[in-house]
Amino acid sequence: MIEFLHENFRYLLSGISVGGQYALIAIGYTMVYGILRLINFAHGDVFMVAGLIMVYAIAGGLPMWLSIILVIVLTVVLGVAIERVAYKPLRSSPRMSVMISAIGVSYLLQNCALYFTGGLPRSYPAIPFLSKQITIWGATTKMVTLITPILTLVLVLALVFLINHTKIGMAMRAVAKDFETSQLMGIKINSVISFTFVIGCFLAAIGSLLYFSNYTTVVPTSGAMPGLKAFVAAVFGGIGSIPGAVIGAFIIGICENIIKAFGQSWTVFSDAFTFVLLIIILLVKPTGIFGEKATDKV
Amino acid sequence: MKKFLALVLAMLMVFSLCACGNGGDSGGDKVVKIGVFEPITGQNGAGGKQEVLGMQYANAQNPTVEIGGETYKVELVIADNESTTDKAASAASQLVAQGVSIVLGTYGSNVAIAGSNTFKEAGIPALGVTCTNPQVTEGNSHYFRICFLDPFQGTVHANFAKEQLKADTIYCLGELGNDYDQGLINYCSKAAEKLGIKVITESFPKDNSDFTSYLNNAKKAGAQAIFAPCSIQYAQLIVEQSAAQGIDIPLLGSDTWDNNTIVGATKGKDVQVYVSTFYQEGANPDFEKGIKEWINGDAKNLENNGGNDMLAAVTVMGYDAYMVALEALKAAGSTDPAAVMAALPNVTYTGISGSIAFNEIGDAIRDSAVIKKSNSETGEWEFVAVQKAEA
Amino acid sequence: MNETMNKKVLRTPDEVAKRQGMWLTIVALAILYAVLFALDNFIKPSKFTLMLLPVLKKGAIYSLVCVSMNLLNGFTGLFSLGQAGFMLIGAYAYSIFSIPAARHAAVYQYFDGGALQFSIPEMLGNAIGVNLGSFLGAIICIIIAGVAAAIFAALIGIPVLRLKSDYLAIATLGFAEIIRAIFQWNGLGTITNGSNLLRDYTIFSDMKIQLGAQVFKLNTVFPFLIAMICIIIIVLLINSSYGRAFKAIRDDEVAAEAMGINLFKHKMLSFVISSFFAGVGGALLAMFQSTVQASAFMSAMTYELLLIVVIGGIGSVSGSCVAAFLYIACSEWWLRFLDSGMLPFGNIEVSFFRDGFRKVVFSVVIMIIVLFFSKGIMGNKELSFAGLIKKIKSKKAAKAEKVKEGGAA
Repeated sequence: MIEFLHENFRYLLSGISVGGQYALIAIGYTMVYGILRLINFAHGDVFMVAGLIMVYAIAGGLPMWLSIILVIVLTVVLGVAIERVAYKPLRSSPRMSVMISAIGVSYLLQNCALYFTGGLPRSYPAIPFLSKQITIWGATTKMVTLITPILTLVLVLALVFLINHTKIGMAMRAVAKDFETSQLMGIKINSVISFTFVIGCFLAAIGSLLYFSNYTTVVPTSGAMPGLKAFVAAVFGGIGSIPGAVIGAFIIGICENIIKAFGQSWTVFSDAFTFVLLIIILLVKPTGIFGEKATDKV
Repeated sequence: MKKFLALVLAMLMVFSLCACGNGGDSGGDKVVKIGVFEPITGQNGAGGKQEVLGMQYANAQNPTVEIGGETYKVELVIADNESTTDKAASAASQLVAQGVSIVLGTYGSNVAIAGSNTFKEAGIPALGVTCTNPQVTEGNSHYFRICFLDPFQGTVHANFAKEQLKADTIYCLGELGNDYDQGLINYCSKAAEKLGIKVITESFPKDNSDFTSYLNNAKKAGAQAIFAPCSIQYAQLIVEQSAAQGIDIPLLGSDTWDNNTIVGATKGKDVQVYVSTFYQEGANPDFEKGIKEWINGDAKNLENNGGNDMLAAVTVMGYDAYMVALEALKAAGSTDPAAVMAALPNVTYTGISGSIAFNEIGDAIRDSAVIKKSNSETGEWEFVAVQKAEA
Repeated sequence: MNETMNKKVLRTPDEVAKRQGMWLTIVALAILYAVLFALDNFIKPSKFTLMLLPVLKKGAIYSLVCVSMNLLNGFTGLFSLGQAGFMLIGAYAYSIFSIPAARHAAVYQYFDGGALQFSIPEMLGNAIGVNLGSFLGAIICIIIAGVAAAIFAALIGIPVLRLKSDYLAIATLGFAEIIRAIFQWNGLGTITNGSNLLRDYTIFSDMKIQLGAQVFKLNTVFPFLIAMICIIIIVLLINSSYGRAFKAIRDDEVAAEAMGINLFKHKMLSFVISSFFAGVGGALLAMFQSTVQASAFMSAMTYELLLIVVIGGIGSVSGSCVAAFLYIACSEWWLRFLDSGMLPFGNIEVSFFRDGFRKVVFSVVIMIIVLFFSKGIMGNKELSFAGLIKKIKSKKAAKAEKVKEGGAA
């Protein structure tokens, strides 16, 4: 048993690390969906842009600490700007229009990235502490693999505290429960929504620092797959639920790597597996593991 | 709304008319157009740009050509095929519409095959620069190429693994849905099995960035070499993660791996990378001095080359392709595509990457590839061997 | 006497306009096909036509696919993002059955020539002559392509159509990805050729018609013809009682169900029919591209189609068609200069015009349309000659009224 575990420890390790990074993106999806009922298709691309900001900040000669701060600030600004420009005007439109707008923003971000990078893959700079090589239980890896799950848990606990025990958190819960009533109760709905995007993008920026330290190439489509998988994770855990998103992300990250470990023709379907999982969960338990039962309003 | 739309439509019409009107004869000089059918954006954008650089340098050095006793100015017409098969046809017809006499390209065999039919219907010859799939020239008379082929390259790798690395197990990793990767792996594993090497083959999905599990699979299987003929984007990740995971298995890369970004990624890391390629830097110092000065002379060129002046083999191939095209134009004695196509099979040329002559299928006759190794101290390529297909 | 009176009474101005509009439409279509036929056969290729023809072909194909997507998203209110997957099935089904037997060894070079060793156009060609054979063969293969996509849709539809709005979107998107993985899998390589291209099958330039001793090419006419027939079928469906049921489901599911509309049955019908035509569109796209590779059918393609539908107007067939032609023309022809670094007039170099700028401009335009002109070009109205005539008449009437009033004053 120990022998078996030891042999497959590497897979588990990378699974946990990928899972943590998906989790940080998935929270952005789940919170936005919880409040606006919108699949923010552009979230994965915001994550990619965060990666590119880092590349250009370091290339521009900024010191590491300043670059990291810049990445976080600019990503948050970008996220809030997207909400203000592309989603807010459509708040009373049918859900399909907002989703199309989200797809449009995603398209725009990818094409802008293509324009600025000139289509060349960009190498992500090594963040000294995160990129250090370490060996745990016979498996060599980067420090970031170890840091990711820990940092993810800390951030999620902080977030849960924020939502359950602060005034803005209460407002967010109220808005998620009933959009119109909370507006009537005097909650400033725009600032609550903006705050949601601030949190989502902050976590995406942290996620991008961790993710690209591990996978050091940024291309315009870098955000699409992690974004989609993080969304699946959010659905899996029950969309709207933060612990659900985190657990879903870890499950998907680990399963994906276990499938790859089966080798041979299984590896072909490692991405397809994620979607099969999604469809199964949607059919068996559409509200996900932790989701609340939603009632249809006529 | 309607007025706005009408305005937009009217503007587009004007644009389209202008686009048609422009590009005509500009001045009294006679102009011959050479089409460049290359990916500038998309998955193979980096490689495509370097290939175009070679052609542009060749054009800067040899801006005119003597055809039938008259001097023609050579104009390069570049069409971006975006590295995808669904954009290939329209990019190709753009070149046809511009009235090019011959087409050079493309990096990425699948796009070459997808664009091939448009050139065929227009009767324009095409000269493949680094598209190595046998299907590019198979069964047609208009596509030629100056590089070696996948069956050859795959065999070279199998032989190299056997002779130099003494491997008895190799691990092949390619992108799912990419014919280049899968084709090379197919040839390599066939050749390797003939040599008595055990082969394990796996594929990763498009846009994958986590290769740690694949690398671990290779290690678990006891492979002594990892053959991963994939595009630059993935190659960089594989090199990086192999180093981070402390996997000390040599990585074998195909011609796509011969790129600055990859050798740059090996710098200061404990990783061995071998690539098969068309040309070894340092083989022709005069040529290299010239092209490096030219690359360094323009910030745009420098950026397209990946930020430094290291010479990629595809750039050399691009240069040679341009020169072969000029030879063909000279031999044809006319700018008529049909005449150029008729002249091409008999063209021979001694280029920077070696002597070029075509066989009856339209492929260059080449019997050797250069194997290079990364030097992780200097971050540059080192010459290892010239490998032949016959062991 | 009485009879003619009755007839005159029955012809309301609306009916007259409709009848006139129908004639005008037929005349316009006849002119269109005459022009296309001339372009294919008699007009010498010039710079202009060389760029125009591919745009027209692809525009016709995209029109069909967008209309089929509109049937689902605009008329039935099912937000599906699986279009690229169904096109993929169609493209593969078409090309697999139309690769000539002699070419199998070369195309399926890694899979020992593949499992199938026949080609429908070739077999028909041997029986009834090459030109007619490949024409009919291509049509049969196109129908096979549509049916294959429809069967897959029916299988997928059973579980997926129970889901609502955004869940449906993400599930269909997921299915498209799964389909792509399956087609690329080496295990099915003897049929799908794995990751490699399919090529050398019957394409548009094989579409010829023999009239007497003369052989005429149908390069551009063929995609227009197929696309038009399919779009007409979709329009007839939309105007039938099924179409009204679809619209009822779109407007209010609960109310529709209360009215006795079988939700699942109608959703399934719409999904399967839409996928059938997406499959046909995929087959046409395969003919246009002359090669098929699964990796081109990414979700980006679905997004592109969705944006065309939005630009044209969700719920407008003619809007989708107009938008498809505009989009293809802009992205593959008119706006290409944005990438080249030169303005199209004069030889002015613009430093920020470089690779990828075209796409940036494009996505900005799309965002502007989505945000400020959310109805798109047509909204949910249709472009028709009948409507035009009515409009002109009512304007004339209004003018006459004004003149009268002026006279009275």
